Amino acid sequence: MIKKRWFQVGWPPVAVLFSFLVIWQLAVTWGQIEEFLLPSPLRILEVFTQADVRARLWMHAASTIRITLLGLGSGIGLGIVLAVLLHVIPFLRTGIYPLLILTQNVPIVATGPLLIIWLGYGIAPKVVLIMLVCFFPVVVSTLTGLSQPDPQYLNYMQMIGATKRQMLWKLELPNALPYLFSGMKLAASYSVITAVAAEWLGAKEGLGTYIKLSANGFMTAQVFATIVVIVAVSLGLFGIFALLAKWAVRWNIKNGGR
Amino acid sequence: MNSTVLDGTQETAKLEVARIDKSFERDRQQHAVLKSLSLAVHPGEFVSIIGPSGSGKSTLLQLIGGLLQPDSGEIRMDGSNVTGSKGLISYMPQQPALFPWYTLEQNVLMALDIAESNAMRRGGGSTAGTRTAASREARRELARTWLARAGLGGYEEQYPQVLSGGMQQRASFVRAMLSPQELICLDEPFGALDALTRLQMQQWLLSIWEEHRRSVLLVTHSIEEAIFLSDRIYVLSAAPAQAIAEFEVPFARPRDEAIISSDTFIRMKRDIYQLLQTGSGQHAR
Repeated sequence: MIKKRWFQVGWPPVAVLFSFLVIWQLAVTWGQIEEFLLPSPLRILEVFTQADVRARLWMHAASTIRITLLGLGSGIGLGIVLAVLLHVIPFLRTGIYPLLILTQNVPIVATGPLLIIWLGYGIAPKVVLIMLVCFFPVVVSTLTGLSQPDPQYLNYMQMIGATKRQMLWKLELPNALPYLFSGMKLAASYSVITAVAAEWLGAKEGLGTYIKLSANGFMTAQVFATIVVIVAVSLGLFGIFALLAKWAVRWNIKNGGR
Repeated sequence: MNSTVLDGTQETAKLEVARIDKSFERDRQQHAVLKSLSLAVHPGEFVSIIGPSGSGKSTLLQLIGGLLQPDSGEIRMDGSNVTGSKGLISYMPQQPALFPWYTLEQNVLMALDIAESNAMRRGGGSTAGTRTAASREARRELARTWLARAGLGGYEEQYPQVLSGGMQQRASFVRAMLSPQELICLDEPFGALDALTRLQMQQWLLSIWEEHRRSVLLVTHSIEEAIFLSDRIYVLSAAPAQAIAEFEVPFARPRDEAIISSDTFIRMKRDIYQLLQTGSGQHAR
């Protein structure tokens, strides 16, 4: 039954994507478009058959995945801790929360170079940048979940004399779990893009660097191949968090386990 | 009205609400919700409060639960002033309020955990002490036994949202019964159920309670429910709520549903109904 549903939801985008690729392929072949302008899908696929390029792609991907996971992990951790702190100490919430939103208006292209000035060219500035991008959706969604349990649960807990701490552990935190996971899924999809952007700003390795190098050499097919890898890594990471969410909030039948 | 007992010559009331006033400010005006309201629940007694909608019944429960402070008056338990103290009652709300992230058994155990830590903070003592010492395993065993008695055997590991409304309320009642506090407050516990389930639940509750006497304060809209279950009934007026009448229910226990069609039952039902209609009345008995 789940397979059938999956298929029903899955086939329209797959069909659209496939038609798009066919049109693309035909346009490039018949329109005689230069490869450095727009390579055909088959040409992009061919890139993956070249052993040396494949090896380099995996090497760069591994580097990107490493900083992504470090940044995402620390971002999620920071996000949860900050959300709980802001929730438990109302003064912090009123004082910090508006400023937190303000910080999100600073673009990565500004933060990135600053972090490089402060932290050097190693992986530190990139991890910090990913962390800064990832912690925000986690804080916001977790805070929402912490502060909005069903009033009937709240009333029950108060009537039986639950302490603040018991409220937090038995009611507010479990209630925040589905929110936390939707925040983490958002963070996961931001994290890979941010990692690539950070590498593009300045790094010795990583998919961002590889795109830059390939583009500089007009090896457009390699750029596209790298994009495919980035999308795959992004989707993979998102999928892992979606599965994790399904497992962790399996009681959440009302929302279809999402 | 039963005189309040202070001199110790009579049995001390389990719960005593003494001349409580409570008003709320709304639109810059004071609205009196409870006016000089007094009532008592004696040990092992089943007492009901019945009143029109908006007569401040939930306010009264929140005062007893310690969530609100009265403007004046006192709430006493076992003779000592406990106004504004939390955690002294066991509670069953109208909605089952079973947490969806806990299984039935975990829900029951959670309430016991909270009750136990409350008792420990208060320095043990009283009846809570016996259960404080019990291990977690013993409590689990207790929860299992009681869930089985409530017809929920085999559902202990289920999440509450997969169960029917009646089953959820039974679990909610088990949770309230197992909490060690002597006074159980039931807040329109069957209000959200259909008529048939409601009747079954009342009979079930009665059979459990008659076996394990606890002091119960039931808030209800249903006159029949109040008469069928209670030893005594307080009738409240519309806001500001006062106790306008008090009924002793004469039926012997254990009761069965045959009493519902007896003359006494029907007469009492009519009397209470009239009181609720007119909203005022003299002490009726």
